[in-house]
Amino acid sequence: MKDSKARADSTSVTNSGQNFMIQTLFGSTEEQPKKQGIFERMKQAVSRTRENLSERIEEVVSLNAEIDRNTLDDLEATLIGADLGTKTTEQLLAALREKADRKQIGNIAELKRLLKEEVRNVLLRANVQPVQAVDGEPEVIMVVGVNGTGKTTTIGKLANVFRADGKHVLLCAADTFRAAAIEQLEVWGDRTGTEVIKTKAGGDPAAVLFDALQAAKARSLDYVIVDTAGRLHTKSSLMTELEKMRRTAQRIITGAPHETLLVVDATTGQNGLQQAKLFTESAGVTGIVLTKLDGTAKGGIVVAISNELGLPVRYVGVGEKAGDLLPFDAGAFVDSLFE
Amino acid sequence: MFENLSEKLNRAFKNLRGQGKITEENIGEALREIRLALLEADVNVKVVKDLIDHIREKALGTEVMTALTPAEQIVKIVRDELIALLGKDTAKFKFASQPPTIVLMAGLQGSGKTTTSGKLANWLKKGGHRPMLVSVDVYRPAARDQLKVVADAIKAPIYAGNLEQPNTENVLRLAKEARKEAVISGCDILIVDTAGRLHIDDQLMDEMQGLKALLNPQEIMFVADAMTGQDAVKSADEFHKKLSLTGVVLTKMDGDARGGAALSIRHVTGQPIKFIGIGEKYDAIEPFHPDRIVSRILGMGDILSLIEKAEATVDKKKAEEFTKKAFAGDGFSLEDFRDQLRQVKKMGSFQSILGMLPRIGPFANMQKMADKVDEKQINRVEAIINSMTAYERDHHEAINGSRRKRIARGSGTSVQEVNNLLRQYAQMRKMFKDMGKASFARKLAGMKMPGM
Repeated sequence: MKDSKARADSTSVTNSGQNFMIQTLFGSTEEQPKKQGIFERMKQAVSRTRENLSERIEEVVSLNAEIDRNTLDDLEATLIGADLGTKTTEQLLAALREKADRKQIGNIAELKRLLKEEVRNVLLRANVQPVQAVDGEPEVIMVVGVNGTGKTTTIGKLANVFRADGKHVLLCAADTFRAAAIEQLEVWGDRTGTEVIKTKAGGDPAAVLFDALQAAKARSLDYVIVDTAGRLHTKSSLMTELEKMRRTAQRIITGAPHETLLVVDATTGQNGLQQAKLFTESAGVTGIVLTKLDGTAKGGIVVAISNELGLPVRYVGVGEKAGDLLPFDAGAFVDSLFE
Repeated sequence: MFENLSEKLNRAFKNLRGQGKITEENIGEALREIRLALLEADVNVKVVKDLIDHIREKALGTEVMTALTPAEQIVKIVRDELIALLGKDTAKFKFASQPPTIVLMAGLQGSGKTTTSGKLANWLKKGGHRPMLVSVDVYRPAARDQLKVVADAIKAPIYAGNLEQPNTENVLRLAKEARKEAVISGCDILIVDTAGRLHIDDQLMDEMQGLKALLNPQEIMFVADAMTGQDAVKSADEFHKKLSLTGVVLTKMDGDARGGAALSIRHVTGQPIKFIGIGEKYDAIEPFHPDRIVSRILGMGDILSLIEKAEATVDKKKAEEFTKKAFAGDGFSLEDFRDQLRQVKKMGSFQSILGMLPRIGPFANMQKMADKVDEKQINRVEAIINSMTAYERDHHEAINGSRRKRIARGSGTSVQEVNNLLRQYAQMRKMFKDMGKASFARKLAGMKMPGM
């Protein structure tokens, strides 16, 4: 696997998540880490979410002193309220429901702990992997999604991440459709000191992709990040265009695009699942970037996406600055959600 | 993906048959299905709770009518309740008594403010207005360029101004200059596109309040993505508290999102949804019709009740004969077509029939058609066919110029209308025959009815 700090490494995710959980459960006095790193920032970013959700869970549970079926029914509504969706919620609760029926769950704390574990497992089980790039060839990352989720901004931030890691990056402005999308990417290119390969507005996205990949290959760069036009997953002709772009990429660089990131806005509701399904069909999505997590939205739809499609979340967006992109930490995400 | 709510309700109500009244006990499962359907459509949990309480209250004690199944009855109650929440009528656009009318666009990042600004300007232009655009989004890279491209595409004037530093001071200056420019150049509307912002970003929300104080806009439009989930209530609530919104534009309605956010937003702001965005082109905007989104939120339109209704009225044998003829062999004649028209008329208003079809997927075009179809037009088409001889109805290819003239005179229409009908009839006939071979739904999407 390619060595990159930026990619959320599944082992470290597990570890930090466990550490955090151990601290939460047993209290830690001496080993309390003063990390103001990624983890803290992500915690901050989702703290509003967490407060809200845990408040509501408390509310639900304290209303029903004894855990019974009604408690779980109420809890179901609470999880759906976090955009987890009815199906995933139902699955998460099924096991708990059975245990509660048999009076195996004694109290609220235990119920919460079990639920937390369940959600965390769902996120960690999602393990679709990117294709490995051949040594000496650039890794191609294609960024797709519906309109307005933050694809171009995410690419700017991604470029920043790789650049900070000393990598050589090329941006490909294949969103030739939306007004001023190319200019927007160019600003990010300037900000991160990254070259942008572009064509004129309205040009063929596959053609500019071809140029970008040729250039990157010739210069042996590390990464090519491809911006694509936002498109609703229901527009089949536009989805076919993505297929064509994939074929083009494949012809120039082995295994390209190695990673296809679907950018999902944290405010997205149940439609996110349809987006993930259809984009995976056409564009071969290998991971999710969850953006706008600095608002009050919970982003719970990613749990449903991981659950039903096995797609892992790779990064979260927590602001508009270049540094506001963090590797996803499943443990932290869930702990924060349910603390 | 989604099961029709009617189907679920029918299942829930299986036990209700034979019982005279809807009671607390027998409605329980049905309400649970309704609740889930609304939640799946992204209606906020709290809003759903309120709605369910209302619906329970209304439904309890309702006599089970023989004409409707209990499920249909509940669907009707739910639908009425949702439409009542959304407001019955299409909301009007407010104009200033003293131009220019100022429209302030507000919303989260990526909701579609810039595109909507352009569409709105285009819509107003078509209505005979002279809108001017200005972007005060000084923060997002190339946002102002984007609006410029949009303005050029729809040939609307834009105030570009100069920008040195991206800060609130310059935002306000640009807005002020733009208003002056609008007055000078005789534009009667100024649409102010703003930067996307989080409702919890105090600094940027203050800026928005500053813009409002400066411009005193007639319309403050909250632009919201139809795909928004549970968070819609929070953002809409904050924007409304700080700005007193006057209306909502729901964007990206051309996707397959159920759009439950519409209910949530309406519930917390009390402001009408005025427009929906239905595509990427600049004319893809239309006034909002509450009844339509209600069908969409509830699931698949109400195909089931449509089928039931049709089964009750349509002569089954005749319908089968028609289908056989239309899909195979020689195709259907004008005589058959007239029979079908009469059946449709018997079923009730054409619009209400089409209204029962879902608004997404293969039926999308049918829905668009429903808006254009005038009941009177059906009568005209029928009149034209009535004025033909039996021979002509069976042999449409024999209808030459002089026959067309006679038919037009006889039906009180014009030769053009007769030509139109014949041409479209021929197309449709062919299409049905093709359909015998190809996938039905795919064809249906592009179908056009003769004479309409």
